[in-house]
Amino acid sequence: MIARFIALAALVSVSSGIAGPPHRAPPLPAGTISGKVTYTGTLPKLRPIDMAKEPNCVTQHPTPVMTQDAVTGPANSVRYVVVYISAGDQGAPAATDTVHYDQKGCLYIPHVAAMQVHQPLAIFNDDPHSHNIHPLARVNPEWNKSQPKGAPPIRTSWDQPEFIAVKCNVHPWMHGYFVVLVTPHFTVTDSTGEFSLTGLPAGKYTVTAWHERFGTQSQEVTIGGSETKTANFVLTARPY
Amino acid sequence: MGRLFAVVVSVIALVSAAIFAFHVWWLPPDISTHGVRIDRQMNETMVVAGALFVLGQLALAVFVWRFSASETRAVKSFPGGPTPLVVLATVLVGIEILVLTFVGSKVWADVYQTPPAPGSLQVEVLGEQFAFYFRYAGADGKFGAMHPELMSDATENFFGLDPANDTTARDDIVVGSLVIPVNQPVELRMHAKDVNHSFYVPELRIQQDFVPGLVIPLHFTATTPGKYELVCTQLCGLGHYNMRAFVEVKPRADFDQWLKEKAAAL
Amino acid sequence: MTHGVATGHARPQSFLRRHVFSVDHKVIGRQYLDLALVAVVTGMVLSWIMRFHLGWPETPVPGLGKLAPTGAAGGVITPEFYLALMTMHGTIMVFFVLTTAPFAGFGNFFLPIHVGAEDMAFPRINMTSFWVTLLALLVLLSAFFVGDGPPLSGWTAYAPLSAVGKDAGPGQGVGQTLWAVSIAIFCIAQLLGSLNFIATTLDLRTRGMSLARLPFATWAWFITSVIGLVAFAVLMPACILLILDRVAGTSFFIPAGLVISDRLQPHAGGSPLLWQHLFWFFGHPEVYIAILPGFGIVSQILPVFARKPLLGPRVFITCLIAIAFLSYTVWGHHMFLSGMNPLSATLFSVPTLVITIPATIITLLWIGTLYGGRLRFTSASLFALGFVSVFVSGGISGFFLAQPSTDIYLHGTYFVVAHFHFVMGVAAMFGIFAGTYFWFPKMFGRMMNETLGKWHFWLTFIGVYCVFMPMHYLGLAGNVRRYSAFTDDYLQPLIPLHRFITVAALFTGAVQLIFLFNLIRSRVRGPKAPDNPWEATTLEWSTSSPPPHDNFGGRQPVVSHGPNEYGGAGPRDYVMQADPQ
Repeated sequence: MIARFIALAALVSVSSGIAGPPHRAPPLPAGTISGKVTYTGTLPKLRPIDMAKEPNCVTQHPTPVMTQDAVTGPANSVRYVVVYISAGDQGAPAATDTVHYDQKGCLYIPHVAAMQVHQPLAIFNDDPHSHNIHPLARVNPEWNKSQPKGAPPIRTSWDQPEFIAVKCNVHPWMHGYFVVLVTPHFTVTDSTGEFSLTGLPAGKYTVTAWHERFGTQSQEVTIGGSETKTANFVLTARPY
Repeated sequence: MGRLFAVVVSVIALVSAAIFAFHVWWLPPDISTHGVRIDRQMNETMVVAGALFVLGQLALAVFVWRFSASETRAVKSFPGGPTPLVVLATVLVGIEILVLTFVGSKVWADVYQTPPAPGSLQVEVLGEQFAFYFRYAGADGKFGAMHPELMSDATENFFGLDPANDTTARDDIVVGSLVIPVNQPVELRMHAKDVNHSFYVPELRIQQDFVPGLVIPLHFTATTPGKYELVCTQLCGLGHYNMRAFVEVKPRADFDQWLKEKAAAL
Repeated sequence: MTHGVATGHARPQSFLRRHVFSVDHKVIGRQYLDLALVAVVTGMVLSWIMRFHLGWPETPVPGLGKLAPTGAAGGVITPEFYLALMTMHGTIMVFFVLTTAPFAGFGNFFLPIHVGAEDMAFPRINMTSFWVTLLALLVLLSAFFVGDGPPLSGWTAYAPLSAVGKDAGPGQGVGQTLWAVSIAIFCIAQLLGSLNFIATTLDLRTRGMSLARLPFATWAWFITSVIGLVAFAVLMPACILLILDRVAGTSFFIPAGLVISDRLQPHAGGSPLLWQHLFWFFGHPEVYIAILPGFGIVSQILPVFARKPLLGPRVFITCLIAIAFLSYTVWGHHMFLSGMNPLSATLFSVPTLVITIPATIITLLWIGTLYGGRLRFTSASLFALGFVSVFVSGGISGFFLAQPSTDIYLHGTYFVVAHFHFVMGVAAMFGIFAGTYFWFPKMFGRMMNETLGKWHFWLTFIGVYCVFMPMHYLGLAGNVRRYSAFTDDYLQPLIPLHRFITVAALFTGAVQLIFLFNLIRSRVRGPKAPDNPWEATTLEWSTSSPPPHDNFGGRQPVVSHGPNEYGGAGPRDYVMQADPQ
């Protein structure tokens, strides 16, 4: 009698262990595409940004800031490259965490902000003076709003995928990007130039690397199961 | 009531005039070679205008005080009728107009209708929404051509230069401040990238609109080293209030040093 | 001289026909005045918000955040919102207040009566011109409610800022197009109005009313309508060209190679200076359109309350005509530094200075009229006297701006703002106030409250000097105009003076509530007005207060005297125009 009871209890617990908590399917195997973005060729000369008209910002940068259109790192790595899945992706609902875009020291931080369609975006002014944020959207509706000192953050989102240049009318050197993508698989390289796109189910993917100055390149990568595949990009730099 | 009117008008006139006369708020010290004549014209006009202002207000006040209703006094006509007043206005104002125009037109022509001195330092100025940028020709003494389709604020290529194909553009020095040597005639050539702007430096007693589609010359000589503000005076959009640059007038040696450093950094 | 009853129309019966779609010039005049009242309150509230922001740019305006969540998020006004308010303030005030009330408002009511007619020459066109004006105002105000809001290019709307479309900034899309459409519609209304005034003055004068016997206000309205005919005939095509540049891809005002918002603009061959020439060719006569009726009203009122004739009536008329003629020759003084040929600056400055002469003569004639008089101080006469003072103040600053050499420094500064506010925002307004206090009894059959009127005068008179005289000092210090905030280093010491001006402006604005209250209360409860409460001579005082439908009760007045017969000896010191020989 007790033995039967113990066996039944064991069976129940094992079967519930196999079934897992209710409503969760077993995780699919997921792969990763990773790599590094580097350049060949001659880099354009980065110029120091002249912020003289806004002394507030000059004082915030003890050494002058250089233009950010071709930022590189050690071993010819390229920064601010958006690497993303441009085809083969099943798509996914928009991430709900808010993307922060900051105006500080008369610079956009980060220089390139990548986000999904419909993902919330909050734009902050952390400088002691007005900024005016003008995303030069051509597909999405274009808008142009001032943010005086101390104004609340501008909260918005984008409906269509697009590479949107962002400028500040009042400080013409300020320049950044909103990269709006359908896919949830994207990353923006830092100064190592490295990227890693994880959580990819098995399938054939096109990985695209976009740089504001060095152009776009794509590669096809097939993932089967939970493997990691490497895809490196070598962009061509030109001095002018 | 008439007396109250007379007193109020008189007080307003005298207090306002005194504030003008005592320069409580006034033009900043002039740092240009042509400005002394503008200041003289301003002062002379102020004297004439001030006199007319005070006399006009006081005449009004005096007459209102003097001729308040008195049912027993007969009404009298202005002696001589309108003629003395017509003559007074025509002669007085007419002479003043002649004098001011005769002198003033020369002051004006001196700035805007004379060519720049030979050997002027040439600086190109770009007015855009909402900043000024300045270009020096560099070692080759030539300015590279401007290409609107190449203009890019993000890469500091404000003038739309094409250094890839245009060798004269490669040594052009582009900065966000107007740096000039003291006592050196300077010739500006002003380009508008987008809409009307204007170039105004109160201390230099100089002002000139930028007009899209035109290249407008402007010349002056600064006489005192220092840092001055250049502001936009033609409504150009939302950032108009914040469209400014600094003019740095440097001793000759300092300017040469600055130019050399900028050229080396290219 | 002619006289005619051709415009006679029966008294209408229905409410709509009597009070809304009326062809009666008296109703139309009141409608214009009501429109101007709504416009001036709107324009003044805009100016309060502007001045508050200039004094305290980072302080939220209570409640504004809800009304304008984009332009003033959290109640703090953005630069583009400030400029939009400024554009609407200028446009509403210049067009819908200063070109309506003194001219179409009082002129419509009194010009037919002054000439002894039953109505205007073309009553239905008259009605049309009012409704077209109202349409123009509604189109303009609709700019507040469209996507990006009203335009930010100022009432002067310089191209290419106003011509390239929404690349140029917020409000430069639909808002700017609505502005241009509104102004074009307004021009049509003005042209119709001018035609009516001219035809009525020339053709419908009653027996004995020679041109020489016309009241001074009528002369002023007549000359103003001639100026308007040519001026508005230039503004309308200019607005149409602007609209074409904006929507039809033309390039009247836009040259090639412009890069705005990182876009190369698809235009070529146009000239921004062309807009400025067209606009100011209208714009300068426009300011005389705004002030000349005030000259006429003051010249009409001063003799009544000085109990003696206007000094030099023929000289006065001649000066009005000289000013009208010269007003077409001076427009370039708005453009000395615009990039036009510098030689033309000198050429334009000569007639600009010469126009001072007739203006000075007229001022001296007014002051000379007071000499030897027996001044009566009522609200009407106080505002007329105040007009003389503020016109002197405003006119004198013109001396500096008329000369290119001094304009080099003062152009684009608060000195200009001081000048035009004194002559337009103050003097022209004083003319409207004087006309209101003077003619209210005749228009509504009731007297206004004199105590309230006098308080209104004194507080306003001192208030406007506190608001606008300091702006000259700001200009001399180089304070640039049309700035939404004063962030430049050299402007910091001037901010306390700006705050003083803001406080004075809010105070003076609040004082106008006294006037509003007086207007409304007197309409309802004012004591009944006699036919001729001021003992004046012109034809309106020969008829009842208010006048009957056909103005003179079926009897056509016969005129045997000029308008200027005051100061006689004997128990009655004046002779009315309609008195027998």
